[in-house]
Amino acid sequence: MIEISTAEDKEYVCISVGGEVDASSSIQLDTTIQNAVSDGYKKIMIDCSGLNYISSAGLGVFMSYIQELEIKEINMVIFGLQDKVFHVFQILGLDQLLKIVDDEKSAKGLLNVI
Amino acid sequence: MLYNYKASCSTDKLQEIRQFIDDLLRQHGLSDVESHKVVLAVDEVCANLIIHSHGCDANESIEISVEFKADKTTVFEIKDHGEAFNMAQYKEPSLSDIIRTKKKGGIGLMLVNRIMDKIEFYQSNGYNVCRLTKDFKKQ
Repeated sequence: MIEISTAEDKEYVCISVGGEVDASSSIQLDTTIQNAVSDGYKKIMIDCSGLNYISSAGLGVFMSYIQELEIKEINMVIFGLQDKVFHVFQILGLDQLLKIVDDEKSAKGLLNVI
Repeated sequence: MLYNYKASCSTDKLQEIRQFIDDLLRQHGLSDVESHKVVLAVDEVCANLIIHSHGCDANESIEISVEFKADKTTVFEIKDHGEAFNMAQYKEPSLSDIIRTKKKGGIGLMLVNRIMDKIEFYQSNGYNVCRLTKDFKKQ
């Protein structure tokens, strides 16, 4: 089961993703990121501290936004990945293509928000 | 030791399949991180079959077997009666192509290729079989 919640600030939106993102649930992650982009946010944080599992379907969601975020100059930072989940990003080298930091403080620092 | 599991072709079943594999691997002494990777590889193959070969038809099913061998290799077989996968026609996409085209297909098999030591697709007794071998001696 996937659990997703969003917290919106004037400057940024924080999407918290928990549980398991697989072929049956990745669509919910996709919709949530799409909404944040459509709402015009330029700064997006993804809190993955509650994320226990991600499969290629979930990785594919993040990958499918890389180009759009670049074109629209949207800054997206992922934080709080457990080691075993971070390792899945590393297998394909996605840790080099996405902005991934340890914790919320670092994410906020990178996005320059309080 | 040989273990079997049968699941109907619904993506809701993926969670149960992962639990089945994880429980077995943990019982056989694998760490959380190591089990996680292998569970992921099996999940990717099952998701591909359920979605692409069976169109998520819950009346159809896939069968999974796991065999722990004395030489520390573990063999996972995923069997079904769907459309056979032609490994010869599979060409691994590049990450930049996936990002550019936003086509997500192929990422799953990239992961399986990197996690498992051997992947074979063949037909046997009317079944399509995907056979994944993991050598835990290499850890």
